[in-house]
Amino acid sequence: MKLTPKQATLLVLVLLVAVTPFFFPSGYYYRVGALIFVNGIAVTGIVILTGYAGQVSLGHAGFAGIGGYACALAPVHLGLPPSLSILLGAAVSAVLAWLVGRPILRLKGYYLAIATLGFGVLVSMVLSNERWLTHGPDGIEVPELALRNMLKEAGLKLSNGEFWYFFTGICLIVGAWLALNLHGSPTGRALRALHGSEIAARTVGVDVARLKLRAFVISAVYASVAGSLLALQNNFITPDVAGFMHSIEMVTMAVLGGAGSVLGAIFGAGILTLLPQVLTVFAEYEQLMLGLVMMLVMIFLREGLLPSILRKIRGNGE
Amino acid sequence: MTLLSIEGLGITFGGLKAVSDVSFGVKPGEIVSVIGPNGAGKTTLFNMISGVYLPGAGKVVLNGEDVTGMRPDLLARRGMSRTFQNLQIFQSMTVLENAIAGYHLRESGPILADLLNLPSTRRRAWEAEQGARALLARVGLERAAEREAGSLSYGALKRLEIARALALDPKVLLLDEPAAGCNAVETEEIDHLIADVAKSGVAILLVEHDMKMVMRISNHIVVLDHGEKIAEGDPATVSRNPAVIAAYLGTEAEHAHG
Repeated sequence: MKLTPKQATLLVLVLLVAVTPFFFPSGYYYRVGALIFVNGIAVTGIVILTGYAGQVSLGHAGFAGIGGYACALAPVHLGLPPSLSILLGAAVSAVLAWLVGRPILRLKGYYLAIATLGFGVLVSMVLSNERWLTHGPDGIEVPELALRNMLKEAGLKLSNGEFWYFFTGICLIVGAWLALNLHGSPTGRALRALHGSEIAARTVGVDVARLKLRAFVISAVYASVAGSLLALQNNFITPDVAGFMHSIEMVTMAVLGGAGSVLGAIFGAGILTLLPQVLTVFAEYEQLMLGLVMMLVMIFLREGLLPSILRKIRGNGE
Repeated sequence: MTLLSIEGLGITFGGLKAVSDVSFGVKPGEIVSVIGPNGAGKTTLFNMISGVYLPGAGKVVLNGEDVTGMRPDLLARRGMSRTFQNLQIFQSMTVLENAIAGYHLRESGPILADLLNLPSTRRRAWEAEQGARALLARVGLERAAEREAGSLSYGALKRLEIARALALDPKVLLLDEPAAGCNAVETEEIDHLIADVAKSGVAILLVEHDMKMVMRISNHIVVLDHGEKIAEGDPATVSRNPAVIAAYLGTEAEHAHG
């Protein structure tokens, strides 16, 4: 039986999450893995916004910040458990994305990128400056997710690293599944259509403004959940999570790996998360090398690493 | 009964009257062609009718409803569909997906159902796919269904655009130079296709440079020059009209009149 691209992607992800721990030399790698998965979740949202709908946002870290701080603040101020705080953060991000996106998404191309950049900067400034609430640039503590203790009581003992590795891994698989469903669905087709030709999409009846807004809101929820999971696994969060560099990082990961493909973008998230770990020796040159890799990929492999490689393999197979 | 009626339509670009005071109507099953020399304002007229430009004057009435300046997606809901002179194909999608995109209005549903791939989504998508495959067969592209649209020849893309426009099951179909850049065989195929669609009761408005094709398939011809209607009538009448001959054949006649 031949696998559909969707089944193949999910199979690869499940194997990745389940099998790679057998090769981990130390517990530290669970942490790196969980970081890759969290970035993968954020980047999957970028695939929907940029890869499917063709809209570029340079402010998505703002939503990650909202998701992260929701988990720091809601348990203290509203008495919500952290698990529900993730949902609250996602809801706040969705509403904000809807409000902000309505006017912004009428803009095209780099105007949109600049406007979203403004939004991201605004969020990170609020998080840095409203010390009475957020404790400012030094960051704030985030409570523990109760799930790990519940698992322990149920007899499943996992170290902190193991728990976060598998929990974020499962979240990533669910997120990828939703994004892959969307790709082949009527909504996904309409998003890709307006990416291809806005005017033609309009003439077949696509309400372009409304669809772009939906993609923006969905991708904001992905970023928010990623921010929440990052905050919870670190038990700590700083305004950097909402910073400009983090927004750039998300877009870079997606574009490097292949913004049009869920697996490609996650691959990109993996590379850009691992690279700094590998390159610690060359810490000073890290940005330089990233810049170089990015330029080479954009010049020679415009679709991104994974789609280009797959195309080459298929091309040779024929 | 007139399905689409254009009443005194006009638009000005930076003080220049691109189209002024153009009126005519299209009935179901009728093929009306708009002809005229380059720059006569044909495509501008099309863009006003299909909601791409907001007209400066006049009205567009579709099925009794004033739809002047209405957004293209809302016009699509009311049964108007079009193709483009410069192809507007979804290049990175497959041929089949391009045709399915034409079913957007009928196949789209709640986004949550799409994210979760619920049975209702799968059913809607499956129905659209069946319809799209039948349409591709109708325009002779069924064997190219799984190919990336960007890899098709120009003539094939023209037919794909028509298939996508037909997927909306339109009452009014606007075709902007459907035969441009096609060879004789392809032109004839498109010719038959258009006549066939008209026969099923669709009102067709056509802009075309291929005069032979226009004369062969049109029921009614509207001639534009410098943005104004200079003549209209059936093909035989129009082809004998001195103003039309002057506009097409010579600037000499024009100069003679000053």
